[in-house]
Amino acid sequence: MNLAIDCQGLVKRFGNYTAVQGVSFQIAPGKIMGFVGPNGSGKTTIIRMLCGVLVPTEGQATVLGFDVLTQPEEIKQRIGYMSQKFSLYDDLTVGENIDFYAGVYNLQGKIARAEKARVIELIGLGDRTSQLVASLSGGWKQRVALGCALLHNPQLLILDEPTAGVDPVTRRVFWDLIHKLAKEGMTVLVSTHYMDEADTCDYLGFVFYGRLIAFGSPEAMKKSEAKDNLDDLFIYYVQHEASDDPRNLVLKKGGRG
Amino acid sequence: MKRFVWVRFRAVLKKEFIHIFRDRASLIMAIALPIVMLIIFGYAINTNVEHLPTVVWDQAQTADSREMITSIRNTQYMDPDNYVQGYQEIEGYLDSGKARAAVIIPPDFGKKIQGMEQANVQVLVDGSDPTVARAVMSAVQMLGLNKSLELQSERFEARGTATGLELPLNLVTRVWYNPDMKSRVFNIPALIGLILQSVIAMLTSFSIVREKERGTMEQLVVTPILPLELMLGKLLPYVVIGFVSMSLIMLTGIFWFGVVPVGSVPLLFLLATLFLVTILAIGLLISSIAKTQLQAMQMTFIILLPSILLSGFIFPRETMPKLLQILGGLLPLTYFLKIVRGIFLKGVGIEYLWQDSLTLCAFAIILLAIASKKFKKTLD
Repeated sequence: MNLAIDCQGLVKRFGNYTAVQGVSFQIAPGKIMGFVGPNGSGKTTIIRMLCGVLVPTEGQATVLGFDVLTQPEEIKQRIGYMSQKFSLYDDLTVGENIDFYAGVYNLQGKIARAEKARVIELIGLGDRTSQLVASLSGGWKQRVALGCALLHNPQLLILDEPTAGVDPVTRRVFWDLIHKLAKEGMTVLVSTHYMDEADTCDYLGFVFYGRLIAFGSPEAMKKSEAKDNLDDLFIYYVQHEASDDPRNLVLKKGGRG
Repeated sequence: MKRFVWVRFRAVLKKEFIHIFRDRASLIMAIALPIVMLIIFGYAINTNVEHLPTVVWDQAQTADSREMITSIRNTQYMDPDNYVQGYQEIEGYLDSGKARAAVIIPPDFGKKIQGMEQANVQVLVDGSDPTVARAVMSAVQMLGLNKSLELQSERFEARGTATGLELPLNLVTRVWYNPDMKSRVFNIPALIGLILQSVIAMLTSFSIVREKERGTMEQLVVTPILPLELMLGKLLPYVVIGFVSMSLIMLTGIFWFGVVPVGSVPLLFLLATLFLVTILAIGLLISSIAKTQLQAMQMTFIILLPSILLSGFIFPRETMPKLLQILGGLLPLTYFLKIVRGIFLKGVGIEYLWQDSLTLCAFAIILLAIASKKFKKTLD
């Protein structure tokens, strides 16, 4: 068993509402997997279950060989996570933020200093370490946040819409970094709304109404539905699936809005 | 893996201290506000009634009536500074609040005194504030009694009967602990508890909820940090601030207001620290329940208001209906007030305070347990 992520029939219900319905997929180490799907389709819920912070209602999953139900702490120590929200402390400097997360991942002394230097080099922070995070631009904040998620050399990097609201140049820089990390052997799970980003992933998962309705390489997916680009594919899926989704009936009846 | 790790705890601790020191306004508020509050409230909360503005309608205008007015002034309770003619003017003074009491001396006052008859003096009291009215009434009645006795003995002497008149009953009263019955001696120690509670509870109640609002909590839950490490790391800086703040208001009470604890100062600090931890536990509990800082603030107020009225801070708990006594018993401040007043005023030691101290301990442990349990849920 050498899979980075292996999930089988994951289900998550919040009361009567089913947020995630029977999601199964597997990713080999060192690959980039992209999650695409409309807002509220369940991408974040799947990601949270894989991080070990939400308990699945049904099904099972192992992340880096650890069970999400029984070994969430083992998983947390080995994954890097970054969300679309800026998870940094505005009133702390870049360096203080990095120091804090280094401590939280139980790094200290020489190792902590070495990792800090490595990350600063990696994301090109240079002499910005003494700057308050509040004074950074959105793109830079996002890079620092990524840096904080990489301090403890995670084997799996999970990014939840990391480039939402980021300018195209920063997005390019960001994705170059993701590809570089994957080449070095890191597994990356990333959700996005940008199809150009999705196109560069090794695998794509299309999430719609809590189900993984398509999974495969971007090329294979486009070919199977005979579409030229992912935008068309995305729209095709939405129109095709929305019509026969059983939960749409609930929505039309004025159920959960 | 679920083991307390010092590195993680220290990281939180350091971060919290940076937050606090960088937020100068809040730091100053935590340290200076209690002192300012104590100084202001120390003067404001004064139930000693003295020098009330009083209006006089002296219809007699004789030596006797003027002597009567001087006696009233000498009680210190009333200042008969305004002289009027007629009821209408008196009514105006009382209605407008320019005077709290009125003294009316009839035209035949001197004649009756000299003529060995009974003279009448009418005193009108503004009873809208019962405390004030009661103080004036007792002062006036005391004065009337003393004056009567004095005149009586003069009259007996003039008739040549009985010398060295002695009262048949002598009631000896002595006031313990606060012999001058200064309300400040009673109020300052209690104010220390109340102010400490307001400022520290408010500060701590923001500590965790702030992370929720900023979205950093979402990040923290996916890290290996344990709830206990995070909670203690957040709690400890406020213990330090709370202790500094508490020491400063104690010193203000002692040196500015001259309210010196009669009992043991180390015991006072020890039990005050216990109270501080209880307050911090309340703050943390609020912080782990509330979703926004506004909610946290509202919850803090919900606890603060009954504390003022039900803890025995102003009104004695003994006279409250049973239900309110029980409600007051749910507030940690109630027990701290007994402790702080006991040490400040009576100078009693732990042999009388152990029950209240144990109750505070129980509060601290139960509240911290609930807070960390509540907190775990939001983290996992």
